[in-house]
Amino acid sequence: MSSRLEVRKSLDGREQEPSRQARAGASASPRFSWRTKQRLKGASFTWPFVIGFAVFTLLPMVIGLGQSLFASKTSGLGFGAATVSFAGFENFARGFIDPVFWSSMLRVSIYAVVIVPVIQLISLALALLIDAVKRRVANRFRLLLLIPYMIPGIVAIMIWLYLYSPVVGPLKPFFGLFGIHADFFSSGMIWVSIGNLAVWGSIGFNMLILFGALQAVPREIFDAARVDGASEFRIAMSIKVPYVRGSLVLTGLLSIIGTLQIFNEPTLFRSISPESITKDFTPSMVIYNQAFQVGNLNYAAALSIILAAVVGVASVIIYRLTNKVES
Amino acid sequence: MTLTSPPSKVLDPKNDTRKLELKALRLRKRQLKTMDNDDPSEISGKRGRSSWIVLIGLVLFALYSVGPAWWLIVSATKSKEDLYTTDAMWFANFKLFDNLASLFTYQDGIFGTWLWNSLLYAFASSIGHTVVSMAAGYGLAMYAFRGKGTTMGFIIGSFLIPGALLTIPSYLLFVQIGMYDTIWAMIIPAFFSPFAVYLSKVYAEGAVPSELLEAARIDGAGEYRIFFQISSRLMTTAGATIFLLHFVGSWNGFFGPLVYLRGADKWPVMLGLYSWLQRGTDSTVDLTGLVITGSLVATIPMVILMIAMQRYWRSGVAMGSLK
Repeated sequence: MSSRLEVRKSLDGREQEPSRQARAGASASPRFSWRTKQRLKGASFTWPFVIGFAVFTLLPMVIGLGQSLFASKTSGLGFGAATVSFAGFENFARGFIDPVFWSSMLRVSIYAVVIVPVIQLISLALALLIDAVKRRVANRFRLLLLIPYMIPGIVAIMIWLYLYSPVVGPLKPFFGLFGIHADFFSSGMIWVSIGNLAVWGSIGFNMLILFGALQAVPREIFDAARVDGASEFRIAMSIKVPYVRGSLVLTGLLSIIGTLQIFNEPTLFRSISPESITKDFTPSMVIYNQAFQVGNLNYAAALSIILAAVVGVASVIIYRLTNKVES
Repeated sequence: MTLTSPPSKVLDPKNDTRKLELKALRLRKRQLKTMDNDDPSEISGKRGRSSWIVLIGLVLFALYSVGPAWWLIVSATKSKEDLYTTDAMWFANFKLFDNLASLFTYQDGIFGTWLWNSLLYAFASSIGHTVVSMAAGYGLAMYAFRGKGTTMGFIIGSFLIPGALLTIPSYLLFVQIGMYDTIWAMIIPAFFSPFAVYLSKVYAEGAVPSELLEAARIDGAGEYRIFFQISSRLMTTAGATIFLLHFVGSWNGFFGPLVYLRGADKWPVMLGLYSWLQRGTDSTVDLTGLVITGSLVATIPMVILMIAMQRYWRSGVAMGSLK
């Protein structure tokens, strides 16, 4: 407060000079003008963002909600102008019982429930391994382990598509050595193939976050445990793991939200193996298909809202559950 | 002689203490060394077996991580025939330059256009994204004004909006305002990211002392001048992080371009590669070699950028601790 007064004084002192502040001060109420002006200028830093956010985030949300309440029908064979009419919750009612949409949702939910903990466990194991070697060695391995994170997602999918491919890929002959006949694109294997791709792409980055959390653990605790006769494995399980539980929950939550909306992987896999991946394989693909192949944007908007609601409910449930487990 | 010897004798005890000090130092060094070996970050005690297990585990993980990247590099150097007939994990005849030549000449060099588009979108959108986010984060961190709480509420709340919710309505909006199928659809909407604003706000709170602003004000600097000449320089790390993360995100983008762009001449490189992947399977043309070489070309700049700027995206990880 006192510093502000000093600023005011100093500005008052300058009033003889025809400076900008002084003129502004003279025109409006002299007591608040400079402060109001400063606040206004401070707020103006956020205006570009606020305007853009309103136009490109809030407005689309309103448009989406509006669109989902209408239906456009073309008469006959699809010639002539479409008639748009208010449909109320018709699109939602249809979406709630759409077997194609919900079977895709079930498929993706099962996948998410399996793959996210698997990724977390592997990343944790990796972080514990990295934490157990000398710094110099750790740094070298860390760079190698982060290479998948640096490769663009689409390129990563393409690489694995070719690796899985029975024509150019090395994996089929490799498994053949052990007498295993592996068909990575069969409908039974497709989720395993996509899951492996997800593991490969994300363990490096998750390891980095968990390793950062491990570094924050005070080292004296380990010494104390060692004096008490704890083995390294025991120390890892009973001290290190509980310390990083918070990071585990956070990254797990975020990857479940991302996994429920999975689109790129199945879409690219579909271009290689259309017989095991249908055009309605995941909820996002159903929405894309409805909007741009079928052309029913209203229904697609309604399905987007349902998907968003499911993702929201899922994250609340997971958050609650993990809180309960911790307490 | 007699003159010089007594002082040395006098100095002798001092020498002794020096020697003692040296000895003590050496001892401490040795102690420190052994303590170093006992450092909890290393496997001590049963060094032999468990450390071997740890190392083998790490090597296996490293092979798993690097293997596919290795395959991409090896395959990009092979001719079409060798791709199908030779060992997938080792080099055959070195044909990388032939592959590059056919990559950049196929369809009148459309791959070059795609690369250029990706570069343009990534640069233009990241610059706007960084400036808008830094200014907004700074404003939210340093000033008290009406609507600040609401703005923060919207920012935090929007973290929970799944991307799938906005795609279809954004498409409709872009069609409506004439941005659909133009380069602007790839650039302007990317300026406004709540996450980047949040990151910048958190950083500004720590990096820009409000006393400095007061001092600058007393010296007669205006608020905008303070931001551009002082505060923005204190926030360079945050700016670089925000720029880098968005640059990479934009380069890797797929769903956005797929929905918002129609003409092949406006596609970024990822979408172009996807179109080749699709065509390669449903026609007689074999584009596999082109897709592989193109993937490598599209990846190398990212890997170099990420390795060179490790410091920044790592600090981004630490700052946001969410991604």
